[in-house]
Amino acid sequence: MAYTKRNDGRKFDETRPIEAKVGVIKRADGSAYFKIGKTIAYAAVYGPRELYPRFLKNPEGSMLRCHYNMMPFSSVGDRVRPGANRRAKEIAMVTDKSLLPVVELGNFPNSVVDVFIELPQTDAGTRCAGICAASMALADAGIPMKGMVAAVSIGRVDDKLVVDLDYSEESYEGGTVADIPMAVVSTTEEISLLQMDGEISKEQLKTAVEMAKQACSKIDKIQRDALKKKYEVKNE
Amino acid sequence: MGKLLVEDKTIATPGEKLAEGMDFLPDEGTFREKDKILAAGLGLVSINGRLIKVIPVSGRYLPNRGDVIIGKITDILMSGWTIDINSSYNAILSVKEATDFIRRDADLTKYYDIGDYIITKIVMVTSQCLVDVSMKGPGVRKLTGGRVIKVNAHKVPRIIGKRGSMVSMIKNATECNIIVGQNGVVWINGSPENEIIVINTIRKIEQEAHISGLTERIREFLEKTTKKKIEIVKVE
Amino acid sequence: MNKQQKQHILNFLEKGIKLDGRKLEDYREIKVEKGFSENAEGSAKVTIGDTIVTAGVKLSVESPYPDTPDKGTVMINAELLPLSNPEFESGPPSIDSIELARVVDRGIRESGAIDFKKLCIKEKEKAWSILVDICPINDDGNLFDASALAVVAALLETKFPEYDGEVIDYKKKTNKALPVDKKKIPTSCTVLKIGEHFLVDPNTEEEKCVDARLTVEVEEDGTICALQKGGDNAISDKDIEKMIDIGIKKSKELRKHIG
Repeated sequence: MAYTKRNDGRKFDETRPIEAKVGVIKRADGSAYFKIGKTIAYAAVYGPRELYPRFLKNPEGSMLRCHYNMMPFSSVGDRVRPGANRRAKEIAMVTDKSLLPVVELGNFPNSVVDVFIELPQTDAGTRCAGICAASMALADAGIPMKGMVAAVSIGRVDDKLVVDLDYSEESYEGGTVADIPMAVVSTTEEISLLQMDGEISKEQLKTAVEMAKQACSKIDKIQRDALKKKYEVKNE
Repeated sequence: MGKLLVEDKTIATPGEKLAEGMDFLPDEGTFREKDKILAAGLGLVSINGRLIKVIPVSGRYLPNRGDVIIGKITDILMSGWTIDINSSYNAILSVKEATDFIRRDADLTKYYDIGDYIITKIVMVTSQCLVDVSMKGPGVRKLTGGRVIKVNAHKVPRIIGKRGSMVSMIKNATECNIIVGQNGVVWINGSPENEIIVINTIRKIEQEAHISGLTERIREFLEKTTKKKIEIVKVE
Repeated sequence: MNKQQKQHILNFLEKGIKLDGRKLEDYREIKVEKGFSENAEGSAKVTIGDTIVTAGVKLSVESPYPDTPDKGTVMINAELLPLSNPEFESGPPSIDSIELARVVDRGIRESGAIDFKKLCIKEKEKAWSILVDICPINDDGNLFDASALAVVAALLETKFPEYDGEVIDYKKKTNKALPVDKKKIPTSCTVLKIGEHFLVDPNTEEEKCVDARLTVEVEEDGTICALQKGGDNAISDKDIEKMIDIGIKKSKELRKHIG
């Protein structure tokens, strides 16, 4: 049976509803909330601040250090054991790499910019939601940035390519599924995150990249609007 | 022909297109990408003739030579003190820069002890962000008693006002001693009730810094909270 | 914090106000949002001023402990997320998070609010296990009271998932609530002593210069079901009386928020 209609009735190129807010964590230098469908990500930025341990210090600039964590009660089914596991560490690393092309940390020698991503509720697409929140939080923290980063997962469900897979699509059993999380740098449209689980043809992948660019440009607008909303001058 | 894509005094987000064509010139907080000028971070757009600038509205204080700041002694070294200056980097106050002659074997805590606040001047910032401060010259001293609050360092000019008019008005209204450090640390000393008024006033300025008619609104606010007649301080 | 700064805080307390102008026994505005995370069997987000704490409940079926073959279990854990406070670090639980979790756990357990026998599915074989996790989002003081409130609200909101005796279907929640007695379940009030003054709901600055604190967990009828004394200074019997009085009085007010 072909996948002709999406489980939740969305168009094939449509993301789930998105909600974005900036400045939600007062203690942090910058923070953001990003909700896409039922997946919720918080991001807090602390820094640039002093880096420990000392041997990690880079006299030529600041280090970007992302952390990714699912809250223990965030997913359907078993409790997620607290503490960093292999999956969380890998996602933190690719999050780092997805944001590095835009942040300019050369003026902050020997320091670190910590980005903490926490997910209180998950329904697929958590790394992408985390990246979207982190990009907004970094901007909110006044970190010099050449652009913003938005991320979305493109999926292959049976013979169809779909934007922003949810859990029901990720676990579709009627045919082949591929999950391709991608991050797009707003100014250059270059891809800074690209991973894939599943199988896909070269042609389909090409289309998937195009679809990611289009979806990310919509997400980019939502991110920017949220930032402007916090800082915009409200003339009476 | 060059084209301006943003309005003066609006918020620009990282990588946002500010102008097209070669008629405009990138100033601080912006960069040129081929024929476009883009924002190099989140900030307030400021257009001056052909120059386009983006002034940061958030983020940690960056130390500048000549700034008068409020710091907190956090450690005592062989020949000086480490000072937390509410920035990404600590500052050093060397014995040589701390008032009069200090004997080599002197107990440095007698001069400045851990936890003490000082108002001090930045005399040196190196390329690696090593910061030296001095307690020589007018206006610098140890701050005894009182309390400090932290504000957005980018809002400091509004809290001080033109030639100190805003802070003078708050001082007159509340009979509190107030010192505003360039680094976003504000020291307040007065009666508890009046200190609360000072803090509420400063928070209001922080929130409404960019809305026109700020001074008059703050005057009204102070009049209402202190139940006294308040006049705007005219500074020649 | 040095002596002069502490003296400055004492000048405030002398006048009966805290650093932000509130009276000593006033809480900041409290909000409780239930069902904050829908994948949990129960959850709540509590805000007290700028402090935000979330708590979520997961249920699972386990074999009971040999010494309590006819009872289910509860476990409360806290993660002091580095996202919520620049002084928190990643890594294994700090002593502060362990203390926080254990104090909240004690209140819930000792109140007898949870009927553990009703959690038993089949003696010696199967019983429900309640796992509660506390995750602060922003720490601006008083994590103790905020966490306790979040856990209670989450427990009261929890619904069992469908269970056929073999497999739990987490996607289907039933209407069945946990066997929790709302009258017994405690609310927590932490009373601080600074100098000779007593106050509740401190911000982070006031927390840093505390001489002693006492967390008092109280059931609806005023019975005390858990205590934890903290801070570096000892307290007298008179102090205890005073702090308990405040604790009982204020925990009654907090009860309004558990819904």
